[in-house]
Amino acid sequence: MAIDKFTTVSSTVVPLPVENVDTDQIIPARFLKATTRDGFGDNLFRDWRYDKSNQPIINFVLNNAKYSGKILAAGKNFGSGSSREHAAWAIHDYGFKVVVSSFFADIFKNNALNNGVLPVQVSSGFLAKIFMEVEADPKTELEISLENQKITIKKTGESESFEINSYKKECLINGFDDIDYLLSIKDKIIAFEENRKF
Amino acid sequence: MGNTLFDKIWDAHVVTQIEGGPSVVYIDRHLVHEVTSPQAFAGLDKRGIKAFRPQNTVATPDHNVPTVDQHIQIKDILSRTQIEKLTENTKNHGINHYGLGHPYNGIVHVIGPELGLTQPAMTIVCGDSHTSTHGAFGSVAFGIGTSEVEMVLATQCIMQPKPKKMRINVEGKLGKGVTAKDVILYIISKISASGGTGYFIEYAGSAFRNLSMEGRMTVCNMSIEMGARGGLIAPDEVTFEYVKGREFAPKGEEWEKKLAYWKTLKTDQDAKFDLELNYSAADIEPQITYGTNPGMGLGITQSIPAIDSIEESNKITFEKALKYMGFEAGSPMIGKKVDYVFVGSCTNGRIEDLRAFASFVKGKKKAKDVVAWIVPGSRQVEKQALAEGIDQTLKAAGFELRQPGCSACLAMNDDKVPEGLYAVSTSNRNFEGRQGPGARTLLASPLTAAAAAITGKVTDPRDFL
Repeated sequence: MAIDKFTTVSSTVVPLPVENVDTDQIIPARFLKATTRDGFGDNLFRDWRYDKSNQPIINFVLNNAKYSGKILAAGKNFGSGSSREHAAWAIHDYGFKVVVSSFFADIFKNNALNNGVLPVQVSSGFLAKIFMEVEADPKTELEISLENQKITIKKTGESESFEINSYKKECLINGFDDIDYLLSIKDKIIAFEENRKF
Repeated sequence: MGNTLFDKIWDAHVVTQIEGGPSVVYIDRHLVHEVTSPQAFAGLDKRGIKAFRPQNTVATPDHNVPTVDQHIQIKDILSRTQIEKLTENTKNHGINHYGLGHPYNGIVHVIGPELGLTQPAMTIVCGDSHTSTHGAFGSVAFGIGTSEVEMVLATQCIMQPKPKKMRINVEGKLGKGVTAKDVILYIISKISASGGTGYFIEYAGSAFRNLSMEGRMTVCNMSIEMGARGGLIAPDEVTFEYVKGREFAPKGEEWEKKLAYWKTLKTDQDAKFDLELNYSAADIEPQITYGTNPGMGLGITQSIPAIDSIEESNKITFEKALKYMGFEAGSPMIGKKVDYVFVGSCTNGRIEDLRAFASFVKGKKKAKDVVAWIVPGSRQVEKQALAEGIDQTLKAAGFELRQPGCSACLAMNDDKVPEGLYAVSTSNRNFEGRQGPGARTLLASPLTAAAAAITGKVTDPRDFL
């Protein structure tokens, strides 16, 4: 089953300069009771976004009309904690295609890639620049080219390259998913089972 | 150059290596619960395929289950639906399922070891980050996302790059009142909530060798809290003794063959780690957390750091955490008010934890204003606790033993700590809202939780020992 094909993304940015954003903040546990993958975007950052009486908390960035876009930029160690893929689903469902941070938790990174959301890891200096530019002008756009593995602040032209393994890169560009690949090598898996010593 | 224990197990499970990409890794044991699996089963159904090796997977509901009145229908419709979905999905795919009320039901990471499903040298995954628990047996065990749950169901494999390797050595004898939980909280406070990201950890040294299997599970369980994929401990006689004779452990000739192999599983003398850290057991006192990630912890007799001592880049996060917790920078931990005490979870919900708590509170009385939830990790732990009279000891001290489940660790059921109140918890995460919206969590050992339950304040358990 295909995931969305990832092409170049050019967009304004939603800045969240908080470190250690864990998956309990991205999607609190009480919203994990669904049995489908849909609709998690409504509860993305639920307890930072809405108060007890479900009114939007004005000073949270998702409620600030100045900021919008397909790119979320967040402080280091984004997506730590629980392995819940619901966090990646919520981010995808809300409309983000890219998350930029100076450091990602491993499980979140995998989950994001498996759902066509690109985690872009940049240096802490470059991340600080993004936050600075976006704060000065919320219309600041970033361009993320997966093909060239390059992220650019369009206004200033400053750019940085980012890492992604060539297999995952190809999967994202073509919209392939891992299960299709694994199903295609089933003979190898069976041979492994038959030949293993322990 | 030699290999690490992790290398030996990982490499033995690589089906194929994709150039410039991940390894295809074969999975021996797959544990499934109700929260992270429904979308994976839906994926299989959509593809029109059945589970490839259903006998390698075991399922049980744990996250959503109530911890009282488990014999009657679950009130919360969404929770009930998710649990019913697990029953239906496992039936459709021929997977062993220990439903609510089954004598083997419990938290996945508690039942795996107690049923002998967890064995040395295995690769073990589950759609839950605390799968790292099983590393205590010298297995490569880690949490995965739901897409990966679907991969394992469909092909018994996942695709992951091989992590880097770290060894953490702790030598020496633990002091009085210092437990496995304190050791791991101490390590996390030293290397931070992200210090282990990208690594698989081997815990080595006499402090770990001298731990029981329960203690080793507590340590490995929290590997993920420093960001590590997992953590393991080389199997030894303590491990083999624990596994032997359990329901799904190898028997007879098979046991002898496996045992001979397991005994070879050690890191070679000349193996190289990407990072090696050394700590001394003598430096570790009972630990407690003060902030909103497990790295924000300290010795119980210490004070929260002063704002000046925090690095500039970390100040916003530090101040945000203290504001959430309602704590002053520089203030001591001892004496802070405690409203709730939670003993349980895949970190500290095993029989040894209940024994430690019960022996501490024996002959004492629960502080009047403290609400305490004592939750066994599984039906078998509950049964054992009853057989040992732990429930009676608890009752005499003003506590009650609840029914098994994940409970207040993540508050998906009704066990929620109210907004603004303080809970000393033996679980694994003190994130904002983890134990209920607005709840404030202080992570600690069962002994420290017991001391807080008796005094109603953060208390050094050593004062009573």
